[in-house]
Amino acid sequence: MSGHTQTAAAPAASGTTAPAAVADRPLVEVDGLIKHFDLGGHFLQRERPTVKAINDVSLGIRRGEAFCLVGESGCGKSTLARIVMGLLDPTGGAIRFDGTRIDGLKHTARKPFHRRMQMIFQNPYASLNPRRTVQKTLEEPLRFHFPNLSDADVKTKVEQVMVSVGNDPSWGTRYPHEFSGGQRQRISIARALMVDPDFVVADEPISALDVSIQAQVLNVMMDTQEARDLTYLFITHDLSVVRHFGTRVGVMYLGTLCELADTATLFENPRHPYTRILLSAIPRISTEEMKPPGLPGEVPSAMNLPSGCVFHDRCPLANARCSAEVPRAQCQADGTLVACHAVEEGRG
Amino acid sequence: MPLLDVRDLRVEFPTRHGVLTALHDVSFSVDKGERLGIVGESGAGKSVAAFAILNLLSRPGRITGGRILFEDRDLATLSRADMRAIRGDRISMIFQDPMMTLNPVLTIGTQMVETLKAHRDISDAEARRIAIQRLGEVKIPSPEKRMASYPHELSGGMRQRVVIAIALLTEPALIIADEPTTALDVTIQAEIMSLMLDLCRTHGVGLILITHDLAVVSQVTQRVVVLYAGRVVESGQTARVVQNPVHPYTRGLLSALPGEGEPGARLNQIRGSMPPLTAIPPGCAFHPRCDYAEERCRVGVPPLDVIEDHNVRCTRARELIRGVAA
Ligand SMILES: Nc1ncnc2c1ncn2[C@@H]1O[C@H](COP(=O)(O)OP(=O)(O)OP(=O)(O)O)[C@@H](O)[C@H]1O
Ligand SMILES: Nc1ncnc2c1ncn2[C@@H]1O[C@H](COP(=O)(O)OP(=O)(O)OP(=O)(O)O)[C@@H](O)[C@H]1O
Ligand code: SF4
Ligand SMILES: [Mg+2]
Ligand SMILES: [Mg+2]
Repeated sequence: MSGHTQTAAAPAASGTTAPAAVADRPLVEVDGLIKHFDLGGHFLQRERPTVKAINDVSLGIRRGEAFCLVGESGCGKSTLARIVMGLLDPTGGAIRFDGTRIDGLKHTARKPFHRRMQMIFQNPYASLNPRRTVQKTLEEPLRFHFPNLSDADVKTKVEQVMVSVGNDPSWGTRYPHEFSGGQRQRISIARALMVDPDFVVADEPISALDVSIQAQVLNVMMDTQEARDLTYLFITHDLSVVRHFGTRVGVMYLGTLCELADTATLFENPRHPYTRILLSAIPRISTEEMKPPGLPGEVPSAMNLPSGCVFHDRCPLANARCSAEVPRAQCQADGTLVACHAVEEGRG
Repeated sequence: MPLLDVRDLRVEFPTRHGVLTALHDVSFSVDKGERLGIVGESGAGKSVAAFAILNLLSRPGRITGGRILFEDRDLATLSRADMRAIRGDRISMIFQDPMMTLNPVLTIGTQMVETLKAHRDISDAEARRIAIQRLGEVKIPSPEKRMASYPHELSGGMRQRVVIAIALLTEPALIIADEPTTALDVTIQAEIMSLMLDLCRTHGVGLILITHDLAVVSQVTQRVVVLYAGRVVESGQTARVVQNPVHPYTRGLLSALPGEGEPGARLNQIRGSMPPLTAIPPGCAFHPRCDYAEERCRVGVPPLDVIEDHNVRCTRARELIRGVAA
């Protein structure tokens, strides 16, 4: 693994980033990210309840890769994605895109990044305007970012993109409700690709679809990645999809990054105790009966984080140090990052 | 004799656009203590089958053919009152959303005690004792204390475990679980499914597990029924069906799963999508999506053939099973 990724990905690198050739540098850098949500509470209350959704997460997404983010519901995957996309402001830390810091950028300054970064959501029904024809929906981002394009050029572009994701261009005159879930999701993908982005965030893009349709959508996503040299941030809870589709995987638990590894490495040699349990719980086609995953208790509340390692009260390897000291992400010999005292101490 | 024997079940929904047939001649059975999976994609008719068994079809749905034999009675012909006595007593249901079962304004304890007393002539104290025992069986920590909790005070996984405890209260002969873990994380899914497996075994309860997840079905059930557009297209021993699927739809589903092939390779997709009930094609309903379709697939609906130990509804099943179909 090359040096730059270690600096960009390890928490130790918060603050300034080491100078590196722009081409080597990850396309997206998440550096010491913190996100707290303050919940209402009474203004006289000394301490208002705070959801600590993301707690010092650092990672780099390399050019051309499909970076997958996995972890249980509520661990902060969507929050991280929305901060990267500029839909939420971070509480602390920085987001860089192609070397430029983009968190906190306002409208006009943000516009070029807005074009280069697109998002696909879980529910294709809710994310497409039901009163707009597919044609209108697809034209809109194009006209916004390229106001000088002629009508003919716009039309050609829409057709091109529709064909490139395997959609029939004649769908343009129809409305979202006339399509199946998989077709709608392929329309959302087309919309994201209209403005030739470099980076696409897909938050559970296939979770709402049937297996027979999931494969269609994943194939389209893989084909377009190759054809357009796209970089993906792909969020999912389906680990068999990650295994098939991901270049590297980040595993999150309760707002922290436990492990970050090449996909093959993660599945062959998971190191963080949480990753191991998570992988063992994946259902697979097998005649072996389902077994309990050996994960005692419940996920603690993000309003009241455990001390030390956030996983310590459920972890089979926890010791006194784990409940006192926050483990930092450490780079292993093969480049995998693991934040676990037991792994560091060789007890893993 | 099986515990539950569903024969040639037909369910229709009369609508403004004509009568929609949601289930055509669906047959399956569950033996005492047996675990059966019903799989199929969204709209295939899985929930309609469950609701038909329990006489809970939403209007205007109705059973227009077939029999549902359960413990010597045909549930399809029972009065609403007789059915109510069976539901929640001899047959329990678990839904995807635990709040379909739980009342948000009552404590867990109150709900459990009331449920039991509705079906059994027992004292409050006895009902409480049984409730606490069931909560313990589903691994709820400090069950006595949890009796006083409201549903909103529990996590999603915990709520679903309480629902399972409620389903077990009356020691039913059959539990029908409709996507019980679809909304939950994989670790919680594994926890709950292995728990259900255990409980079904120790209590000798039959289980119908409805899901779209073939992997879960393969690790939990003994037999499986694959539904497509309201018809059984394949059924048999789960291990046989997942290892040697015959129907092109079952084959397609299994080979579309990521994790089967080489990472990064194109997945074997099934083209198109399942038709809505209003537009079921003639002949084999799967033929427009099928790589093996021939002219004769477009004409008559193929019968459900018994081939070796499989039931398969496919014109070309015999060629497929011998591996000679191109
Ligand atoms: N706007 C908000 N206000 C308060 N809390 C929030 C808000 N958005 C998210 N959270 C909380 O932040 C945490 C992380 O949520 P997030 O949606 O990022 O999780 P996730 O990993 O995407 O989960 P899922 O798999 O369920 O989509 C959760 O505890 C969530 O309840
Ligand atoms: N009340 C109703 N009126 C008309 N059609 C209905 C009604 N209820 C169900 N249907 C139709 O019956 C068919 C089967 O529905 P069902 O709910 O059983 O599907 P399912 O296999 O459970 O799907 P899912 O995986 O989405 O839960 C669907 O086409 C549905 O539209
Ligand atoms: S740091 Fe300790 S508690 Fe955390 S995962 Fe590692 S062993 Fe478990
Ligand atoms: Mg999310
Ligand atoms: Mg259903």
